[in-house]
Amino acid sequence: MQAIAQLEEFRQETRAWLEANCPASMRTPMVDAEVVWGGRKATFVNPESKIWLERMADKGWTTPTWPKEYGGGGLSKEESIILSQEMARINARPPLNSFGISMLGPVLLESGTHEQKMEHIPKIVRGEIRWCQGYSEPGSGSDLASLNTKAVLDGDEYVINGSKVWTSYADKADWIFCLVRTDSEVPKHAGISFILFDMDAPGVTTKPIKLISGMSPFCETFFDNARAKASNLVGGLNNGWAIAKRLLQHERTMISGFGLAGSQGDRGGTTSTMDSVERAAMHYRGDTDKISDPGLRDEIAQFKIDSAAFALTSQRSIEESKQGQGPNATSSMLKNYGCELNKRRYELLLSSLGSQALGWEGEGFANDEIAVTREWLRSKANSIEGGTSEVQLNVIAKRVLGLPDMLSLVQK
Amino acid sequence: MSLVLSEDQQLLKDSAKAFVDQNAPVSVLRGLRDSKDAQGYDQNLWRQMLELGWAGMAIPEAYGGFEFGYGGLGVVLEESGRTLVSSPLIATVLLGASAINELGSEVQKSELLPKVVSGELLLALAIDEKPHHRPNRIETSAVKAGDGYVLNGCKTFVLDGHIANKLVVVARTSGAIDDETGISLFLVDANADGVSINRSWMVDSRNSAMLSLNDVKIGADALLGAEGNAYPGLTRVLDIGRIGVAAEMLGSMQQAFDITLDYLKQREQFGVLIGSFQGLQHRAAEMYSEIELCKSAVRAALSALDDAEKIDAQIAELASIAKAKLSEVATLVSNEAVQMHGGIGMTDEYDIGFYMKRARVASAFLGDALFHRDRYASLNGF
Repeated sequence: MQAIAQLEEFRQETRAWLEANCPASMRTPMVDAEVVWGGRKATFVNPESKIWLERMADKGWTTPTWPKEYGGGGLSKEESIILSQEMARINARPPLNSFGISMLGPVLLESGTHEQKMEHIPKIVRGEIRWCQGYSEPGSGSDLASLNTKAVLDGDEYVINGSKVWTSYADKADWIFCLVRTDSEVPKHAGISFILFDMDAPGVTTKPIKLISGMSPFCETFFDNARAKASNLVGGLNNGWAIAKRLLQHERTMISGFGLAGSQGDRGGTTSTMDSVERAAMHYRGDTDKISDPGLRDEIAQFKIDSAAFALTSQRSIEESKQGQGPNATSSMLKNYGCELNKRRYELLLSSLGSQALGWEGEGFANDEIAVTREWLRSKANSIEGGTSEVQLNVIAKRVLGLPDMLSLVQK
Repeated sequence: MSLVLSEDQQLLKDSAKAFVDQNAPVSVLRGLRDSKDAQGYDQNLWRQMLELGWAGMAIPEAYGGFEFGYGGLGVVLEESGRTLVSSPLIATVLLGASAINELGSEVQKSELLPKVVSGELLLALAIDEKPHHRPNRIETSAVKAGDGYVLNGCKTFVLDGHIANKLVVVARTSGAIDDETGISLFLVDANADGVSINRSWMVDSRNSAMLSLNDVKIGADALLGAEGNAYPGLTRVLDIGRIGVAAEMLGSMQQAFDITLDYLKQREQFGVLIGSFQGLQHRAAEMYSEIELCKSAVRAALSALDDAEKIDAQIAELASIAKAKLSEVATLVSNEAVQMHGGIGMTDEYDIGFYMKRARVASAFLGDALFHRDRYASLNGF
């Protein structure tokens, strides 16, 4: 714990710096088109996004608690909380959104070598390299450890063959963190490695997948004798499953945020006027003092109460993890509940908007109405990606509740 | 607002758990039920609880209490909920003492609160008149007569009504049946002329009574709070009660869940433990998640009660979140607990049925899930 006076001084400095450096348009609610993902192919719809990213990256505040040595902010937990409070105070947008920050970085800092950190972390901090995640394969979804993409050592490089699916934004990414099979003779969990390579390498191709929502946030990714430097294998040969699980915990913690009102990211969130389900219901039903359909009103109240209790649980989990370390088994619970809440939210929005939520495009439907329809469809993936709800429930049953594992009998 | 227990609260929780485990297992409640005990609570056990200071937990030091806050009372209630302890904690300490503390005059507080702490005084709050909790719908009348009032009316679901020395009666001094204005609170001696109290035998084997008031004459000094303007204070008292009952329910549901989880790890069918069946695992995992949400809702609401900066509207919202959520999940968990036990869950000999019965009574008390979802919606303008 730092001295109160010291923290107060930090708060004043931070407040002054943000006042001086956060551009005016970066203090307005985020719009989907202006979310900054960084990378070699980055485009900035709003030029102030670029200025904001550069200024924050110079201070390492895109990743406030990461070590200064690798370009991070080097802030203590208390200081980073103050920073986020001060950013919230002026409604500052997050300067950079990336899988490098939310997923790869934390495990690289935990398990990478000094050289690996020196090579990759600063570029994540600055948003220079955009990362994608190569996990699922056509035959390996919930049973991820059965993955079959092979990596064979050839000199100081691995030669990679196989394919991945549901690779988020693979077509926009520069590098991939990828699970590959490096040993086929041992039990499936024991022959997996975690490796990093450039998506521009020869032999790597991507193909967007069109979803029921009409959007294409995911790709199929193919590797045909693609090459990766052996020095970019993280956490040791055949030790990839441990790294993968650790990273999934970070991913679940991130996805569970979707259940928190006001912190909706690109996966199923919206910043439109539909933010409040109850207001939408009253507006579209023409009600003034209360929602005239008692059934809908009760369902919305239940949803709001669950959302409030969920937000309190996320907060409690943070308070508890301050006494422990990082995300733990409760991340499965939070991920699962958060996703289900987000799906309920869209179902209730659909009920609230009536036929105005059933348009696909064209006249008669406002942009934010179409967005609700599309996001409703998008939200169905919340309980599939990052481990299905059923897998999360398995994890809770086994790790948290200590119930016997029937699957282990099947797998042996 | 903190959602984790302070070191002091954790110590209190541990010692409460040890005390309850050793002195007040479910068999105590079973014994009271089977013997049709006249008091409906174990007086020896209550004396020990008084010695531990549980009655003065949330009462200010100025009135003989220990000022340990509702957070402290909450963990005691949670632990006593684990073994379904029947005691005056809810009627006297949580509701009665809070009513005096929130609405009473200096004289009333100085005279009565120390007697709660010492155990000389047992209280009961008489509010409900019909089978559903509707706190503003009050028919019981209080008519001015000379210096005092005359009370007439009937009350039901009066927790500890038959053992209380004094009743806190919610009555109407003016206005129409649903008006919030015109509601007043009175302290009525249980043995006053015209007061008749009949015990109700409830499904959860806990104490409750029906009360009828026939031309009960009371003095002006019996008025608790301002005449006709008690509703805001009463609401706060009810919210304190709802939050405290939610804390008790949290303990009961956690225990019912733990008992069930143990059973899933012991019972074999088809040659394997039934806990290995995914059909049961997922339901157990969903219950666990819901209980975690309940825990957060209860902690937040208790900690808000001890936070002087929280205004009544914030307390009201947190109270309804907690009571709605706990009532819903207590029903879920207790139903599943019986189902997952199979045949043995249906037997009286096994304890799990006690948990289901208590869950229903506690869910209905001071407003069920539907009541609190409706209230939450109204509080939030929809």
